[in-house]
Amino acid sequence: MANAILVLAEQLRGEICDITYEMLGAGRALASATGAPLYAALLGSEAAPLASKLGAADKVFVVDNPQLNLAPAGTVAAALQALMDQTQAGLLLLGCTNVSLGIGSVLAAKSGLPLVNFCRGAKADGGAVICTSQLFGGKILSDVKLADGRGIISIYPGAFSPDAGKSDKAPAVEKVEVPVEAPKVTFKQYLEPETGDVDITKQHVLVGVGRGIQMQDNVQLAEDLAQALGGAVCASRPVIDQGWLPLSRQVGKSGMSVKPRVYLALGISGAPEHWEGMQNSQCIIAVNTDPKAPIFDGAHYGVVGDVLELLPVLTDKIKARKG
Amino acid sequence: MNLYVLLKMVPDTVEELNVAADGKSLDSEFLRFKLSEPDDHALEQALILKEKHGGKVTVVALDAPEVDDVLFTALAKGADRAVKIPINQAGLGTTASAKVLTEFFAAAGALTPDTLLLPGSQAIDDLEGEVAPLLAAALNLPYVGVVCGVKPADGKVTVLKEFAGGLRAEFEVTLPAVLGIQSAEKPPRYVPVAKVRAVMKSAKIEEAALTPPDRPIQLDVQRMYKPEAAGRTEMFEGAPEEVADKLVEVLAKTGVI
Repeated sequence: MANAILVLAEQLRGEICDITYEMLGAGRALASATGAPLYAALLGSEAAPLASKLGAADKVFVVDNPQLNLAPAGTVAAALQALMDQTQAGLLLLGCTNVSLGIGSVLAAKSGLPLVNFCRGAKADGGAVICTSQLFGGKILSDVKLADGRGIISIYPGAFSPDAGKSDKAPAVEKVEVPVEAPKVTFKQYLEPETGDVDITKQHVLVGVGRGIQMQDNVQLAEDLAQALGGAVCASRPVIDQGWLPLSRQVGKSGMSVKPRVYLALGISGAPEHWEGMQNSQCIIAVNTDPKAPIFDGAHYGVVGDVLELLPVLTDKIKARKG
Repeated sequence: MNLYVLLKMVPDTVEELNVAADGKSLDSEFLRFKLSEPDDHALEQALILKEKHGGKVTVVALDAPEVDDVLFTALAKGADRAVKIPINQAGLGTTASAKVLTEFFAAAGALTPDTLLLPGSQAIDDLEGEVAPLLAAALNLPYVGVVCGVKPADGKVTVLKEFAGGLRAEFEVTLPAVLGIQSAEKPPRYVPVAKVRAVMKSAKIEEAALTPPDRPIQLDVQRMYKPEAAGRTEMFEGAPEEVADKLVEVLAKTGVI
């Protein structure tokens, strides 16, 4: 039997995150190909009650220790290393998310296992695992071989279907203890998301603007279009970081996940951090000056052109059509 | 505060990226480099901390094309010292880069009790992982990543970390520490070219001689290639008038107008 595959179950505030199911699905596919058992790890005293939700795993290992609640990367990495030894796991899947950022790097350094970051695909190839990663803002893919099938894979949200990782089955659950080093970082409090004037997750039409909008004054052009369409304006990270739109309008990794009927991506390159927040939109229309922008790899409709030229014309035509 | 900002050059993704003849790396011939965006924010955060609470900002970078311009620009923005490590960053994975930087900071006297190391939270070529947590682990320092705010108080700092959906949390960290900066409290400042040119004449970039890593890449990269489009994209071409007409038809079909 091959070394076990371990999934670090990601959870936040008493809820299993979607990425956990995506990883269980990916892990199950690898486990089927190699004959390895699939395990899930739940760390922290708040995580323990969630074991029953991880039925896609053959077994859930629970480390019920409050020092692991929202623990820093180093503390989690040390606990995972001990757990991998105990469970004879050779392959670890964790989320390429803000919650888990840094854990894989530290664990790789401590254990000597290779870490493959930004992973969108993983398949067994004999005893090896071939991982496909997305680099340079989504413009290049890279295949990395884990020759003996051992390593740490950091999985991009949205890369695998969560359905394959869900099961009504009750998994075997085992409580284990591992040495936990005292965290060097102390959690103080959550800061709830800012509530804006508009909840972008509830809009049917979103006009998303990115770097291509060029300056704050041009955001009004997008506002005009959104108004004509009865929707709202949202943005990718660079626009929010410039302070041109409030945090409540951010779509992507740190921001909101949206799935409107229509998402217009205007001057947005489609970097993975943004794509992960809007990929489930029913209809994606992309406008960008760069014909090689990754957004065109996934959009339903595309226009290579300048959003600033197109926006006023499009707004006028929509107004005319609506009468 | 003793603030160190780690600056890294990455390919500018606005340009077309091509794969080299070996099929495993980027073709460097026409590659244009720019400062990794989170690193630009790390610099801004350091300058804000210095202005509010006093201290000294040192920027540190491995050698890379156009890195001198970036270091001089940092000095022009208000950094006090610029250090270049004359080891070529090209071809170094994160692990090897972190090893070089660890040697730099492990040198006697670098890590005073009021030191903050501020790398960017992540870079677009971090295939092997991130520098910030590796550096923290090697130097046995506390680490928080995805940081979007830093407030010092009594030898500690309160940092704001981003989660998802706009949720953030505050953590307390004892110094010295490593913070992976995602975004500064304010957008990175602009500095006029004339000022950068003046700094180029008056200031010097220091060099720190360190040991080149013996294993530049940890991973077995089999190939690099451009992604293929999902094949579902219908492209519209023409003048804005023509394209707008077609988009109106699409929008009508979806039922939103």
